[in-house]
Amino acid sequence: MNSEYVVKMNGISKEFSGNRVLKDVSLMVKPGEIHALMGENGAGKSTLMNILFGMPAIWNTGGYDGTIEIDGETVKIDSPQKAMECGIGMVHQEFMLIPGFTATENIKLGREVTTPTVASSFLGKSLEVLDRRQMRKDARKAMDTIGLSIDENTLVGGLPVGYMQFIEIAREIDKTGMKLLIFDEPTAVLTESEAERLLKTMKVIAGKGIAIIFITHRIDEVIEVADSLTVLRDGTFIARLETKDVNASKIAEMMIGRKVEKLVDETEDNRSLNKDDVVLKLRDYHVDMPGETVRGIDLDVRRGEILGIGGLAGQGKIGIPNGILGLYHASGTVEFEGESIDPSKLGDALKRHIVFVSEDRRGVGLLLEESIEQNIVFTATQVENKFMRNYGFFRQYDKAAAKKHAEDMIKELDIRCVGPEQLVGSLSGGNQQKVCLARALTMDPKLLIVSEPTRGIDIGAKKLVLELLVKLNRETGMTIIVVSSELNELRSLSDRIAIVSDGKISGILKPDDSDANFGLAMSGVKVGGADDGEA
Amino acid sequence: MMEKLKSAAKRMNMPRLIIILFFVFIVLLAYFNDINVNSFIGSTLKYWGMWGVLVLAMVPSIKCGIGPNFGISLGIVCGLLGSLLSIEFGITDMFNAILPGLGPWAAIAFAMISSAFFAWFVGVGYGKILNCVKGSEMTVTTYIGYSFIYLMCIVWFRAPFTNSEIKWPIGASGVRNSLSMESSFGEVLNDFLGFEIAGVYVPTGLILFFLLCCLVVYLYFRSKSGMAMTAAGANPNFARANGIDVDKMRVKGIAISTVLGAIGIIVYTQGFGILQAYTAPLTMGFQCVAAILIGGATTGKAKISHVIIGTFIFQGLLMFTPSVSNKLLAGTDISDTMRQIIQNGVILYALTKAKGGSSNEE
Amino acid sequence: MKNNNNGASFGSNLKTALFNNKVILLFTVLCIACIMTSGSPINYIASEVFSRFGRNACLVLALIIPCLAGLGMNFGIVVGAIAAQIAIFFVVHWGFVGIGGFLLCALMATPMAILFGWLLGKLYNKTKGSEMITGLVLGFFADGLYRLFTLYIIGGVIPYDDPNLLDRGFGLRNAFDLSDSIKYALDDISFVIVFRVLMIALIVLQLLKLVFASKIKHEESKKSCLIKLVLSALGFGLSFVLMMVPGIASMIGGTRLILSDTLRVAMIVYVVYLLIKRFAVKDEDITNSKLIKAAIAAVLVLGLSYVPAIRNVLRSISISACTYAVICLFCFFNNWILDTKLGQDMRTVGQNRIVAGSAGINVDGIRIIATCISTVLAAWGQLIYLQNLGTFNTVQQQSNVGLYAVAAILVGGASVQKANNRQAIIGVVLFHTLFVVAPLAATQLIGDSAISEYIRMFICYGVIAVSLAMHAWKKKGFKVEQKSIVDDGDNKDVVKTLF
Repeated sequence: MNSEYVVKMNGISKEFSGNRVLKDVSLMVKPGEIHALMGENGAGKSTLMNILFGMPAIWNTGGYDGTIEIDGETVKIDSPQKAMECGIGMVHQEFMLIPGFTATENIKLGREVTTPTVASSFLGKSLEVLDRRQMRKDARKAMDTIGLSIDENTLVGGLPVGYMQFIEIAREIDKTGMKLLIFDEPTAVLTESEAERLLKTMKVIAGKGIAIIFITHRIDEVIEVADSLTVLRDGTFIARLETKDVNASKIAEMMIGRKVEKLVDETEDNRSLNKDDVVLKLRDYHVDMPGETVRGIDLDVRRGEILGIGGLAGQGKIGIPNGILGLYHASGTVEFEGESIDPSKLGDALKRHIVFVSEDRRGVGLLLEESIEQNIVFTATQVENKFMRNYGFFRQYDKAAAKKHAEDMIKELDIRCVGPEQLVGSLSGGNQQKVCLARALTMDPKLLIVSEPTRGIDIGAKKLVLELLVKLNRETGMTIIVVSSELNELRSLSDRIAIVSDGKISGILKPDDSDANFGLAMSGVKVGGADDGEA
Repeated sequence: MMEKLKSAAKRMNMPRLIIILFFVFIVLLAYFNDINVNSFIGSTLKYWGMWGVLVLAMVPSIKCGIGPNFGISLGIVCGLLGSLLSIEFGITDMFNAILPGLGPWAAIAFAMISSAFFAWFVGVGYGKILNCVKGSEMTVTTYIGYSFIYLMCIVWFRAPFTNSEIKWPIGASGVRNSLSMESSFGEVLNDFLGFEIAGVYVPTGLILFFLLCCLVVYLYFRSKSGMAMTAAGANPNFARANGIDVDKMRVKGIAISTVLGAIGIIVYTQGFGILQAYTAPLTMGFQCVAAILIGGATTGKAKISHVIIGTFIFQGLLMFTPSVSNKLLAGTDISDTMRQIIQNGVILYALTKAKGGSSNEE
Repeated sequence: MKNNNNGASFGSNLKTALFNNKVILLFTVLCIACIMTSGSPINYIASEVFSRFGRNACLVLALIIPCLAGLGMNFGIVVGAIAAQIAIFFVVHWGFVGIGGFLLCALMATPMAILFGWLLGKLYNKTKGSEMITGLVLGFFADGLYRLFTLYIIGGVIPYDDPNLLDRGFGLRNAFDLSDSIKYALDDISFVIVFRVLMIALIVLQLLKLVFASKIKHEESKKSCLIKLVLSALGFGLSFVLMMVPGIASMIGGTRLILSDTLRVAMIVYVVYLLIKRFAVKDEDITNSKLIKAAIAAVLVLGLSYVPAIRNVLRSISISACTYAVICLFCFFNNWILDTKLGQDMRTVGQNRIVAGSAGINVDGIRIIATCISTVLAAWGQLIYLQNLGTFNTVQQQSNVGLYAVAAILVGGASVQKANNRQAIIGVVLFHTLFVVAPLAATQLIGDSAISEYIRMFICYGVIAVSLAMHAWKKKGFKVEQKSIVDDGDNKDVVKTLF
C-alpha cells in the first residue's frame, strides 16, 4: 500500500509478428477513481486491456515489454486467472450470462459455494453439494451493492439487456478482493436511460474504493463520469489528463490528430460535380444489421463523386451498403437514378448495376475453394447471363469466354497468380481484394460501393487498391462510395466524408476539415460540414 | 512446410485409403485363392449400375449445402409408388399389345416419370422443413427418413391396389412384402445391349443409363442454376451477396436429390428383379452416404467422380468379401458385419471432419 | 388487482399448463383411445405395463444427465448395453448364478462402460452440434463391432469353451438363455431384504459422515447425522419385529409386492414423512399448502384403492421391490449429482459452452464425464432389463435400446435440451402402455396385428423426428441472437482467446 496508484502500467510495448501495436504506453489508475481509456479503433485500447487481463493471445505471441504494478508491487499477469487473483475484473461487452439460469446462479457461475459430502471426500471437490442458501445470500449482497433490486431467483433469460449488464457487474463485485474493474464499451448496447443508470452505478462502485477503467468512445460520457483519462493514438501514449482540465473538442482532437500522409498520388481531376445530380438517395433509411445497426439516415450521393463513409466500428457505417444490397433487412426509401429500389428483394440493386465489394472478403466476398476465374465471372453469370452459351432451351457455362475475360482482368489489375485456375483461397489479401474488384468491374457498375477496401492487406497493395479506385473514378466517371474505418484513407481519396455515429449521420465533412471536427463527429456530436460550406 | 504437410494429410482421408487398400487386398486374395473372380466382377458391375443413381442423389444435396441426404428414403418411397402404379395400371401389357417388346420400356418410363413427379413435390416440402432446421440437417433428415418409411409401411399395408401381382394372395388389398418385376420392367435396362465377355456379363444398358444420369447432373451443375446452387452450398453469404436466394436453392437441391432417389430405386428394382416395399429401404440411405464418402466426398463437397468411384469400391467390396470369407473362414459369411462396420465407420469419420453446425465454434 | 383477475389467471394458468404438457396430453389421449378399442382386460394391460416399466425405466433414466450437459439425446447408450451383454457372456460362462452373478455382471460391466463412455465422449467432443446423429451412427458401428465379437471372436480368438452356448465351434448362439443363471436375480429379492440393505447402507453412510465430520462445518449437521443413524438402526430392528407378524411377513417377505398394499402403505408413509419434516425438522421448503395438497392426494389415492374395480386391478399387479428400489436410486442419483458442483458445471456446459469455458469450467472434460455416467447407468439398466427378460437375442438385443429409450423420454415431454426424472417416468409409462395396447387395438380395428409394428415404429421415429426438428428450429433463432452479440467488433477475439 505504498503506492498511490492501484494499477500502474509502465512503458508497455507490444508487437504482433513484427507489427508494433503499442509503443511505450503507460497507464495509471488510483483507487476509487474512474479512469477513461480513449482512442480510435486500432489505437491499442483492446491490446492494452488484454495485456492487463493476461489474455493467452498476448502470451502466445511473445508477451510484452514493460512492467505492471498492482498496489506498488510488480506482478506478472500471465493468465486471466492470475488477473482475477490480482483483483482485476472485466465486464464484457457481450454478456457471459446463461439465460436459463437464475440471477444467483449466474452471479456465482464457476464460483459456487459448496459443502463437502461423503462422496466428495473420496472423489474430489467437484462432488460437493451446492449451498444454495449461501449463494443466494452472496448474490443478494452483490446486487444490493449496485442497487439492483430484482429477485435473486429470477431467470436471467427474460430480463431486459440493461439488467443483464448489471448482473455481469454484480458477478464481478461478488468476487473477493476486487480492486479494479474494466468496463469495455459498456454503454454500447444500452438505451439512454439504462446508460445513465450504469454511469451512476459506476460512481457508486468507485465510491467503495474500487478503481474503474472505462473504455469508450463517447466523449460526453467521459466528461460526465470520469475523474481522469488516458488517450491513445496509433499505439502511442498521447496524454494522461484530469477530466476537469479538458473539454470535448480537445479530447476529440487528441484522439484523431495526425498528419495526413499521402496515400494516393495526385491525379488530374477534370470532373465537374453537380450538387443536384443525385445518383443515390437515401431517406429515413434503417438497416437491421446486428452490430452495425443503421437508425434512420438521409444521404445523397452525387454522380461522379467519391463519397467516403467513416465512423468507429459498430456505429452502423457497414450497415449502409449491406442494407442497400439486401443482405440485411432494410427499410426506408432507397432511390437510384430516380427509381426506387426494394432492398428487401435480393439482387434488385445488383440488377441496376449497383455493385458492392464486401468488407468481409473471405466470408462474403469470395468462394475461397473456387478458381479465380469462377470468382471473377460468377456475379455476371448470375445477374447478366454473361459467359453462358445458349443451347436453345438451356444454357451452359462458357468456359472459354470466361477464361479469356479472367486473363484480361488478371493483366489489367495486376493480380499476382499462377493463372485463372488458381484457387482464390491461396492468394494474398491484396490479390484477393483485386479479384473482388475484378468481379465488381465485370458487372460494369454504375455505382460501386467498396467496404473497407484495405482491411487486412499490406501497405503496398493498399496504395494500389486506392489508386485503382481513384483511377476508375477519374477515367470512367464511375460513382464510388468508400466505407472505411481508416479516416486517413478516406481523407486522401474522397470528395466528401459522411461520418456515422450511433446509426445516424453526425456530419458530412470535407477531407480537409479540422481534426477536432472529425473527432467530435465520430463521437456522435453533430457538426456542420461540407454541405453547408458549398451552399 | 508444416502447412503443406498438414493439408496433404487432410486430403489423404485415412479411412478412404484403408478401404481402397482393403479392397485391393480382398481382390488379390480372391484371385490367389482360385475364386472365380470373373463372376464377381460381373455382379460388381451390375450392382455398381444399380446403386449408382441412388448414390448420385447425394450430389445435389451435398452441393446445395444440406449435406448427405440421409432422408433419401423419401425419394425411394416415391420411386416404389411409381413402380407400383406402373404395375397396377398394367402398362407393360398395354404397350406390348401395341408393339411387342415396347411394354417394359413404357412401364419403366411411366414409373420414372410419375415417381419423379411425386418426388419433386415431396422434395420441395421436405426442403422447406430442412430450411427451418439449418445446422442440424443430418440428424433431422435421418429421422424424417425413418419415420416416413414406417408411415409408408402403414400405407402399403392398406393401399387399395387391385392388381393381383401386387396384393396379397389372400385379402382384399395391401402390397406384398416382395413382388417380382418379371412381368413388368424387370432387368429391362440390364439386358439392353448386354453382352458377355470372358465370363463377365456386362449390363450395358444399365451402365449407360447410370452414366447418362451422371452426365445430366454434370451438365446441370454447369448451368446458371447449378452454379448458383454450388455457390449457395459453398458459401451462403457469398451467394446472397450475388442476389441468389439460398433457401430456394436448398429446396431445389433436395428436390432434385429426391427425384434422383426415386429414379434410382427404380433402376435398382429393375436390376434386382424384385420390388421390396416396407422396411427394405431403411438402410439404403446409409449405404448411399457411405458409398459417396468412400469415393472421396465430404459432408460439404462432392463430385460426380466420387459417386462413380465410391459406388464401385463399396459394391465391389460387398461382392468380393463373402466369397473370400467363405473360402477362408470355412463357411461363414462375414460380409454383412463388414458392411455394417465399414459403412458406419466411414460416416462417423466424415462427421468428425464435418465443418457445420456448431462443431467449429471453438 | 390480484384478486380481480383471479379467475382469468386461473384460466390462463390452466392453458399454460395444458400447453406445456401438450406432448404428454396427446399421448395420454392416444393411450386411452387404444385401451378402449383394444377390448382387453385392464388387469392384463396394467400388469404388462408395470412389468415393462420395471424393465425399461433405468435405461431411460440414463438419458437425463447427458441431455442436461448439452449432448442431446444420447443414442450412444447402445454401447452401455453392449458392455452389459459382454459381461453377461462371461459371468454366465464362469457359472455364477443368482444375485451374486448379477452383481458380478454389474462389476464387470462398469469398467467396460466407463471405457466405452470415455471413447464416446471423445467422439462427441469432435462432433459438437451433431451429437445425436453421431450417437446413432456410432450405435450402428458398435453393433457391427459387437457382432464381430459375438459371432467370430468369442470362441474363435478368445477361449470360450462352452458347447451349450456356441454355434459351430465359435460364435455365440442366436438366443442367450439366462434362466439358469441370473434370471430374476434382482426381481426376486424380497422387500424386507431390500429394506435391511438400505438401512445398513444408511448407517454406514452416516458413520462415514461422522468420521469426516471434521470437514463438515455445521455442528447441526453432526446432530442430524446422529439422529439419522439412530433412526436407521431402529428401522433395521423394526424389520425383524415386522417379520414376526405373520400377515406382514408374508406381505414383505415374498419375492413380489402386491401393488394395492404397497400403494396404501406408501401413501401413509409419505404423509407421515412430510409431517415429520414440517413439524419436527422444520424444513422451510415444506409449506402448509404443500402439506395439505399432499394429504389430499394421499387420501384420494387411498380412497380410490378401495373402489372395487380399481382394487381388482391393483390387487392383480405385483411388483418387484428390489427393481423398483433401484429405479428410485437411479432417480435419486440423478438429482443428487445435479445438485453437486459437478452437476452445476454440467448444466452450465449444457446451456452455453462459451460461457462455461470462460467461467473456468473444463467443457470437454465435463462432457466426457456426463457421457461416462450415462453409459454406466445404461449398462446397469440393460442388466436389469435382461435379468427380467430371462433370454435375449445375442446379436441384436441392444440395437434398439437407444431408440426406445429416447422415444420414451420424449413422449414424457422432455426436449433435446431439458429432461428430468418425472418426464422419464411418465414417458416410460405412456410409451409402454402404447406399446402394449397399440397392437391389440390394431387387431381389433383391422383384424391384423402386423400393422401395429409399423405404427409403433412410426410413433418412435416420428416422435424423435418432430422433437429434433422443433429443437433445431428453436436453436436456429437462438443462434442468430448469439451471433449478433458475438459479432460486435473486436470483442470476438476476446471470446476466442478465452480458451
